[in-house]
Amino acid sequence: MNRFKNTGVLPGFGLTMGFTLFYLGLIVLIPLAALILKSSTLTWTQFVQEVTHPRVMASYKLTFGASLIGALVNSIFGAVLAWVLVRYEFPGKRLVDAFVDLPFALPTAVAGITLTALYAPNGWIGSRLEPLGIKVAYTPLGITVALIFIGLPFVVRTLQPVLESLDPEYEKAAVSLGAGRWYTVTRVVLPTLLPAWITGFSLAFARAVGEYGSVVFIAGNMPMKTEITPLLIITKLEQYDYAGATSIGVVMLAISFVLLLTINWLQSRAGLHRIH
Amino acid sequence: MSIEVRNLCKHFNGFKAVQDVSAKLETGSLTALLGPSGSGKSTLLRMIAGLEIPDSGEIHLTGREATYASAKERNVGFVFQHYALFKHMTVFENIAFGLRVRKQSEKEITDRVYELLSLIQLKGYEKRYPAQLSGGQRQRVAVARALAPRPEVLLLDEPFGALDAKVREELREWILKLHEETNVTTLFVTHDQQEAMEVASRILIMNNGRIEQDGTPIEIFDKPATHFIAQFVGETNFIDTEVSEKGLAVWGQFRFSVNPALPVKQKIRIYFRPNDVYMTAQFETLQVRAKIAKTRFKGTIIEYKLDIGEDKYISAQIPKGVALASGFKDGQDVYAAITAFHVFPLES
Amino acid sequence: MKETLIVTLQSQQIGEPARALTEPRWIRWALIVLALLFIGFFLFLPLAQVFTAALEKGAGYYFEAIREPAALSAIKLTLITAFFSVVFNSVFGLASAWAITKFRFPGKNLLITLIDLPFTVSPVVSGLIYVLLFGLQGLLGPWLREHDIHIIFALPGIVLATLFVTFPFVSRELIPLMQEQGSEEEEAAMVLGASGWQTFWRVTLPNIQWGLLYGVILCNARAMGEFGAVSVVSGHIRGLTNTLPLHVEILYNEYNFTAAFAVASLLTFLALLTLLAKALVGSKYAQERVVLPTTLESDLL
Repeated sequence: MNRFKNTGVLPGFGLTMGFTLFYLGLIVLIPLAALILKSSTLTWTQFVQEVTHPRVMASYKLTFGASLIGALVNSIFGAVLAWVLVRYEFPGKRLVDAFVDLPFALPTAVAGITLTALYAPNGWIGSRLEPLGIKVAYTPLGITVALIFIGLPFVVRTLQPVLESLDPEYEKAAVSLGAGRWYTVTRVVLPTLLPAWITGFSLAFARAVGEYGSVVFIAGNMPMKTEITPLLIITKLEQYDYAGATSIGVVMLAISFVLLLTINWLQSRAGLHRIH
Repeated sequence: MSIEVRNLCKHFNGFKAVQDVSAKLETGSLTALLGPSGSGKSTLLRMIAGLEIPDSGEIHLTGREATYASAKERNVGFVFQHYALFKHMTVFENIAFGLRVRKQSEKEITDRVYELLSLIQLKGYEKRYPAQLSGGQRQRVAVARALAPRPEVLLLDEPFGALDAKVREELREWILKLHEETNVTTLFVTHDQQEAMEVASRILIMNNGRIEQDGTPIEIFDKPATHFIAQFVGETNFIDTEVSEKGLAVWGQFRFSVNPALPVKQKIRIYFRPNDVYMTAQFETLQVRAKIAKTRFKGTIIEYKLDIGEDKYISAQIPKGVALASGFKDGQDVYAAITAFHVFPLES
Repeated sequence: MKETLIVTLQSQQIGEPARALTEPRWIRWALIVLALLFIGFFLFLPLAQVFTAALEKGAGYYFEAIREPAALSAIKLTLITAFFSVVFNSVFGLASAWAITKFRFPGKNLLITLIDLPFTVSPVVSGLIYVLLFGLQGLLGPWLREHDIHIIFALPGIVLATLFVTFPFVSRELIPLMQEQGSEEEEAAMVLGASGWQTFWRVTLPNIQWGLLYGVILCNARAMGEFGAVSVVSGHIRGLTNTLPLHVEILYNEYNFTAAFAVASLLTFLALLTLLAKALVGSKYAQERVVLPTTLESDLL
C-alpha cells in the first residue's frame, strides 16, 4: 500500500529509490564527503596558503586559459561543422558525422601520446612547424591543441539538434521581407542558436578544465610553465602531500559543481534536455 | 458491479482537484462525467480505477471497500485518451496482455482475443502493430484490451478526444452498441457535452472539483442547477437584470415571472436558449416586437439577431425549413417570445 | 518591389531553391572545405599516426607487443573493470530512471544534479577521493589495513574509480527518454493486472532497449578508456594493476614508442567500434524517442 499518497501508484518506488540513494551515496557522495572531510583537517589559513601558492596559481592560469581558448576555437569550428553537417550535402558526410564523436570515444591516453607524437619536433606536424619557429609540443600551445581535440564534439553535438529542428519558415519570412542571406543568418538564425551555443561552449570548457590524460603527455609538465592543475594534484599525492592535493582537489570540485549548475541552467534555458 | 464514491477529496500541491464528491452508479449503467478542463473529472475517474489515491473519502465497488485497493485488485478496465497501447506488441498481444498476466491457457487466450477482435470489427489485424493503425482503430483495440479480462467496470478517459470529428461520431455510436451488448457498468469522462448527451443515460457535471448536477441528459438540459451548467450545456443567451417587483423581472419589453421568494432589487441572470425563442411574422400571443438585425446560416439552423429596442439584442434559432417557409428577412419586423428560461441570483 | 521579389521566389522554387534561402555556392563549398580540413587535421591525422607508428617495426613486432604477458593482463583488467562498470551502472541507470520518471516527489532536480555530478568532476579528483577514503592515509585506511583488505593499488579501487567516472552514463540517457515516453503504458499494464516486474519486463524495457544499449556503449567506451582516475588509484604495478591505458603510458614513458602505439591501436579499434555502434544504435534510439503520434485521419470502420 502506498503511504505516500501523492507519489504515484506504480509499484517499485521503495526498491528503486532505495537502491538509487544507496548506490549514489556509496559511489559518489561518501567519497566526495571524504574529500571535504580531509580538507577540513586544515585550518582556513593553511587551506588558502595551499591553493594560492604561486605554483598552484600558475597552474590555474594555464588550465583555465588553455581551456578557454580551446573552447572558443571549438565554438567557432564546431558551429561551422554543425552547420555543414545539417544543411549541406557532400560525399562522406555520414562518415564525418560519425567521426565527430572520436575524441569522446578515444581513450585520453591514446589521444595524449598521439598528439604528442604528431606535434613533437620530429612529428609529422611538429617537424613542419619547427622551421617556422613554432613549437607546439611541451608548450602551452600544445596543451591548447589537446584541449581543442577533446572538446570538439561538444559544441557540434549541442548545436546539431537545434539546427535540425529550426523551422525554415523564419528564414523564408525574412527573405520575403527583403532580407539578404547574410542578414538573415546573422540576425535571424544565429540568435536562435545562441543558448545552445553557449551550452556547448560550457560543456567543452568544463571537460577541458578537468582533463588529464590527453594533456599530460604533450604538456611538458614544467612547474610554473606547463603544469596543469590536475597534474599538480597527482604530483602532490606522489609526494605524500595529502594536504596540498586535497586542497586543490576541493577547489577543482567546487568549480565542477558550479559549472554543472551553470550548464544545467543553460540547458533548461536553451530548451535542451541533458546531453552527453 | 456498482460504483459508489463518498466524500472524495484529492489535491495536488495545494490545487484542489476533487472536492467532496459523492455519487452512486448502478450496475450496468452508462454514465458520463462531463466538465471543462481542470474540473477534476479525470482525477475522479483515475481514483476509481486505482491510478490515484484519494486524500480522504471512500470508494466502494460492489459494496466492497476499495479505496486503497491496487488497480489490479479492482477488476476494472481503463481506456486512456491517448490509447497507451503497448507499442512493441501486436494487436493480438495487446489484447491478450490482461489474460496472459492472469496465466490463462493459450487456448482460452486465443479464443477470447478473437472474440474481441470480431466485437471491435478488426478481424485480420491481429499481427499489426499500433503504429500501423489509424487513431480510431487504435482506440478500438484499447477498448478490446480493457475488456479482455472481463472487468466489471469500464472506465474511459476522454476516449475520443484525440480523434477527428467524423471518427468521434462513429465511435460514439459504437460504444453505445457495445454497452448494449456487454452490459458492463461504464463511466466515461468527456468535455464534449454533445457526446455526453448522445451516449450516456446519466450525466454527472463537474466544475472546480465538485459535482454540480447529477441527472439525465434532459434534466441537465432543461433544468440546469447552476449558472455554470446553464451556460456550459447547449447554446445559451443570458440577460442581466434585477427583480422589479415581487415575482417579476423586466428587461426591455420582456416580462419574466420569477420566484416570488427573491427580494426586490435582487440582481439576477436569466438564461435562455436561442431555440426557445418563439419567433413569428405576425403577432400571436404574449410576444414582443423586434426587428431582425442579422441572419446567420448554421447548417440545419438559422440564427437571427433580434433588436428589441433600447439597444438590447437577443438571438433566436429557427430550424431552416421553418425559417425559409416563414420568409424572414433582414430588417423585417417580427414578434418574439421566450418560452423557456432559468433564473439564477447573482452574487453582488 | 515586394511583388517582384515574391514572383521571383516562386519561379525559382520550381527549379532550384530560392537563392536567398541558402548561402551562395562558393560560400557553401568554402565552409565544407573548412570543416573537412578541420576534421582532417584534428581527427584523421591522429588516427593515421596511431596506426603508422604501431606498425613501424612491422607486423611481427606489433603482435608481440600485444601478446606480451603484461599487455595481456592489462587487457584482462580492462575487460573486468568495464564489465563491472557497465553492469552496475546499468542497473543503477534503470533503477534511478524508474524512480525519477514514474513517481512524484520533491527534490527530483537535486537528485538528478547529484547523479550528473561525476560527469563534470576531473578524472584526477575522481581518483583522489577514493585514495582519501581507502588509501593508507585515508579515512578507512587503518581499518582496511587491520583486516588486510586492499582497495587502493588493487582491483577493487580501480573498479570503484571507474564506477565513479562512468556513473551517470546510462542514467543520463534513460531519464529523458523515459520522461518523454510517460507512464501511461505502465498504468495500463497495472490496471490490466500486471505486477511491477511484469510491467517492467514486458512494457517498459522493450520501449527503452535502444536507449539502454546506447548508454551501455558510452559507458563501456569510457570505462575501458579511463586514464586519469585509474592512474591515481592503481599504483602502476606492471602486470597487476595496469589497465590498457596505463600500460600504454608505461611503454611510452620507457620510450618504447612502437609498442606503446601497438597497444594504443587496440584501444583505437575499440573507439572505432564504439563509433560504429553509436551510429547504428543511434538511429534506432532516435525512433524510440518519438512518442506514438495521435493520428487524426479518419478511418473506415
